[in-house]
Amino acid sequence: MQNFDYIRVKSKDELSELLDKQNKEIKLLSGGTDLIPQLREGKKDIEIIVDVKNINEMNELSFDNTLGLYIGAAVSCLNICQDVKVKTMYPGLIDAISLIGGVQIQGRASVGGNLCNSSPAADSIPALIVHKSICIIESKDGIREVPVEQFCTGPGKNVLNKNEFLAGIRVPKVDPEFGAAYLRFIPRNEMDIAVVGVGASVEIKEGHITTARLALGAVDATPRYFDDVFEPLLGMAINDENLDRILDDIGQSISTRINPITDMRGSAEQRKHLSKVLTKRTLLKAIERASNQQEVN
Amino acid sequence: MNMKKFIQTSINNERVEFICEPRDSLLSILRENLRLTGTKEGCNNGNCGACNVIIDGVLVNSCLVLAVEVEGKKIETIEGLAGKDDLHPIQNAFLEEAALQCGICTPGFIIATKNLLDINPNPTEQEIRKSLAGNLCRCTGYDKIVRAVIDVAKISNNKGDE
Repeated sequence: MQNFDYIRVKSKDELSELLDKQNKEIKLLSGGTDLIPQLREGKKDIEIIVDVKNINEMNELSFDNTLGLYIGAAVSCLNICQDVKVKTMYPGLIDAISLIGGVQIQGRASVGGNLCNSSPAADSIPALIVHKSICIIESKDGIREVPVEQFCTGPGKNVLNKNEFLAGIRVPKVDPEFGAAYLRFIPRNEMDIAVVGVGASVEIKEGHITTARLALGAVDATPRYFDDVFEPLLGMAINDENLDRILDDIGQSISTRINPITDMRGSAEQRKHLSKVLTKRTLLKAIERASNQQEVN
Repeated sequence: MNMKKFIQTSINNERVEFICEPRDSLLSILRENLRLTGTKEGCNNGNCGACNVIIDGVLVNSCLVLAVEVEGKKIETIEGLAGKDDLHPIQNAFLEEAALQCGICTPGFIIATKNLLDINPNPTEQEIRKSLAGNLCRCTGYDKIVRAVIDVAKISNNKGDE
């Protein structure tokens, strides 16, 4: 592995200070499940690794009745998936986060790291987007908030400036009318990277769809958010006989608006087909969850 | 820059100190400095589970942990399982079911099994298969491994009932 120095920071102030002063190439280490293989393969020219796992606030996983869920950037997938509140209130997030690697990866990998690694195929990102999640970015200059759909700018690239770090992610509180889901296609049942991943969320009031969001992973240079294809769904009754056909049409439309690549995991053609099929399935699952949620209440 | 670091940690309930470079993985320090060669190197990129150890109760791939990160932690490796005269029940079950052939993946499977049973002493077959999905074996076809885990869970639970 290439040479680098290692610094362990204990507070966000210490981290801001360090990022502000250093001219060297720095990478933040949280779970390291992407970063360490990249260092080993010499893919990144890094001089200093800064371990942020010992910053208390970066390990915060909390829920507030007004603000919703806060996921500190270093919280492991395992801790999120074991949290009873997240499991009951955000099953669409759990769909995605529980898929990131096997048990060994879950214990180390963080959602913050999944975002900052900014892979187009990251599982958590489409799910976060459809939950209207916000990245909380900090630096010595202050705090700024960026919606997750605007965070990634290209494969492995994001909006973070050199002096900034992702402190956490805020996922707004969900109403009982809300339902979300994430589905992906992989060649095996566990431990693989998405060929295509789809996140969807809907809100249903009195049996009618009032909002819908859709985001896809592994179909373009960044995770893609589609905010405008749901006009035909809005106001529609969930038992409308045309729902099935309209979901097919939405899937078809999505498959023409993405720019997938052909690689070892699948061809562009296959990804377009999968996008169509998974868009429909994921929306149906989100609708089902939103309706079940209302029956419970 | 690249100063060597002095690390104090606990491995299998013994206090251990070592010196490492920031770029050394926990796996390489375990095997090459501390001569704890029970933990195996398979893929060295987090896919195969052969290097599994438990740190502070969390199962990890030691190839994806920097040795400098384990300052003050509590590490369990395969060497900590067997007693002075007896094998650990999981090791016995793997032997009974012939759940190994070449043996390279075995320490990882056994540590992953220990982690599973520590958390969930009575897993279903599906839970066992899901929990061991991050461990690869190229010889056994997995069925014997799964059977061994089912056996050891049964034995432990029966003992608990007595």
